Amino acid sequence: MTTSSEIKKKVIVFAEKRDDLIHPISFELLGKGREIADKLNAELSCVLLGYRVSREQAMELIYYGADQVFLYDNIVFKELNIIPYKHNIVQLVKREKPDIFLFGATHFGRSLAPRVAAALETGLTADCIDLQVDENGDLIQIRPAFTGNILAHIKTKTKPVMSTVRYKVMQMREKDQARKGQIINEATEVPNERGPRIIRKERQAEFNITEAKIIVSGGRGLGTSEGFKLLKELADLLGGVVGASRTPVDEGWIGKEHQVGFSGNTVKPKLYIACGISGSPQHLAGMKESETIIAINTDPSAPIHRTADYSIISDLYQVIPEMIKQIKARKVNRT
Amino acid sequence: MGLKLIVLIKQVPDIAKVRFDVEKGRIDRSSAEAEINPFDLNALEAAVQVKEKVGGIVTAISMGPPQAVTSLKDAIARGADEAILLEDKVFAGADTWATSYTLSCAIRKVGDFDLIFCGEKTVDGDTGQVGAEVAEQLGIPHIYYVSKINDISQDKIKVMSEVDESSYLLESDFPLLVSVTKDVNKPRLPTLRDKLKAMKAEIKVWHANDLSDVINLANVGYFGSPTTVHKVVIPKEKERQGKTFKDVPGGVNFVLDALEAKKLI
Ligand SMILES: Cc1cc2nc3c(=O)[nH]c(=O)nc-3n(C[C@H](O)[C@H](O)[C@H](O)COP(=O)(O)OP(=O)(O)OC[C@H]3O[C@@H](n4cnc5c(N)ncnc54)[C@H](O)[C@@H]3O)c2cc1C
Ligand SMILES: Cc1cc2nc3c(=O)[nH]c(=O)nc-3n(C[C@H](O)[C@H](O)[C@H](O)COP(=O)(O)OP(=O)(O)OC[C@H]3O[C@@H](n4cnc5c(N)ncnc54)[C@H](O)[C@@H]3O)c2cc1C
Repeated sequence: MTTSSEIKKKVIVFAEKRDDLIHPISFELLGKGREIADKLNAELSCVLLGYRVSREQAMELIYYGADQVFLYDNIVFKELNIIPYKHNIVQLVKREKPDIFLFGATHFGRSLAPRVAAALETGLTADCIDLQVDENGDLIQIRPAFTGNILAHIKTKTKPVMSTVRYKVMQMREKDQARKGQIINEATEVPNERGPRIIRKERQAEFNITEAKIIVSGGRGLGTSEGFKLLKELADLLGGVVGASRTPVDEGWIGKEHQVGFSGNTVKPKLYIACGISGSPQHLAGMKESETIIAINTDPSAPIHRTADYSIISDLYQVIPEMIKQIKARKVNRT
Repeated sequence: MGLKLIVLIKQVPDIAKVRFDVEKGRIDRSSAEAEINPFDLNALEAAVQVKEKVGGIVTAISMGPPQAVTSLKDAIARGADEAILLEDKVFAGADTWATSYTLSCAIRKVGDFDLIFCGEKTVDGDTGQVGAEVAEQLGIPHIYYVSKINDISQDKIKVMSEVDESSYLLESDFPLLVSVTKDVNKPRLPTLRDKLKAMKAEIKVWHANDLSDVINLANVGYFGSPTTVHKVVIPKEKERQGKTFKDVPGGVNFVLDALEAKKLI
């Protein structure tokens, strides 16, 4: 007879270390991972690879839901080199034989996970926005496809079931410093072949549009790069940031870190103001989940109006200055 | 001399023309023309630019239905030297693992290569997984999210890769797989002459039995795929207020009242 501990299922979460910090997606994955593990009566582990990882950092993962942490500390993990990461994760999976393995759908996660999955000859579901356990105990992986127009429910026949999970859709748990768990120091295997060499690393501008609560976005309708100055004035007044459709980015009017949409950033602010943007499917894919949407567009038939809560059918060069004027007046009246 | 360059190309529907039936949960592609996945145009342009700089030959490879021949002809018009279509009923219904397995078998059959280019993701399946899975199956390194090719020679490439909040300048030897973003270049438009020439070009078609020396058919198509699409849901759009204004001061005033009520200003 097998005892229950022998057949205990396993869920493993990849914790992503960035320079000195653990990426917040790791805690979100632990939140979801804990929920799944509890439903399956499974053990939840976390694998953390890094260089000079402190014990406190590994403990954080336990406070956020892990039962144990497999810790790899080696200089090969100082930078995000795919090959050594893949090599050690594959070895761990072969030893632990988890049922489910979750990665964050960051750029690094989306580059690493398919290599791990291919090496293990298992299925991988991309960029999930939800994970559910069905009545058979199978994992249903839900993900947008067709440029955000549909949601596909994916099942995996092989083990481990692997998914990458989109940032900021899963809830992290309250940090619980009373939680106990084990930290297991693992020996790193350093493969001979390391892949591409890093010549230089640059941190990009601190600007991160996905964190913004209010976004004032401009499209081709702005006509010139100058238009963004006006949008910036409104954004500053509202405590928000400036975004853009792809056209102004391709035209060089504004940097690509401002781009919203299928080939840019996916955003979900409290307020999205689309100025001179027609509302192409690729643009909508990046912003249609925004809480409140305002469209300012001269063309009453532009598709953006169908996704907007409020549409002002007029020239943005009249509407925005009017908004700025009225907001300032309201601020004066309030004080 | 010169480099052996491979470009992976997927034929996809023009997404702006696909109809999504919310009630029936159906995707109707009939109104949409098929085209080269937009990001694969960037991959092809990157390969052609490399060829123009250091010499070489560009081979486009696609797995898909018979009509994908038109996309490969388009690839030739845009600068590919030769093209191969992997087409067989048994390849149909493949997930990314089975797709990358089939592509990697075909690449092995093509023989020696230096660089493989692919797109960041497709506009339909949209996983962005095929590139890295191909690289793993071939046992070569890969670089994702390449936004710039800084330097290329007979035996090395330098590229910028965007990894979340950092950009890396990376150098690699060959063989290597590179996955590009739309920022890497602006794909050129084929001239009429290029198009005419491409119409006459011969596209090689490889069926499963043409790959029999390199492939295990248990790993291809629907039956070789570890993942399956179990259900497709076309989400209802979020309910929106849909209030429209033509009068600027009045409209702005109404909207600001609403935003104030939501404590947004
Ligand atoms: C693979 C792929 C990926 C893509 N990714 C993205 C992406 O990530 N993000 C994205 O945005 N697009 C993306 N696109 C491009 C997309 O298809 C559209 O071309 C783009 O979104 C159009 O931008 P726009 O709305 O600014 O311009 P247009 O569609 O040209 O719209 C301009 C609008 O401005 C209005 N207008 C003009 N003048 C004024 C005025 N004075 N006042 C008010 N309104 C005015 C016009 O009525 C019009 O509706 C992608 C395309 C492809 C194929
Ligand atoms: C709604 C839906 C959801 C899906 N979800 C998943 C999933 O989560 N996991 C999974 O494993 N499969 C999934 N699939 C199956 C997947 O779409 C197919 O495997 C497809 O053949 C390739 O994946 P992709 O379109 O995502 O390509 P991507 O991985 O996004 O493509 C990246 C690049 O690889 C190259 N490439 C991709 N396909 C080909 C090809 N056929 N020929 C030549 N080059 C190619 C291109 O250069 C492309 O730009 C899904 C399919 C559908 C319809």
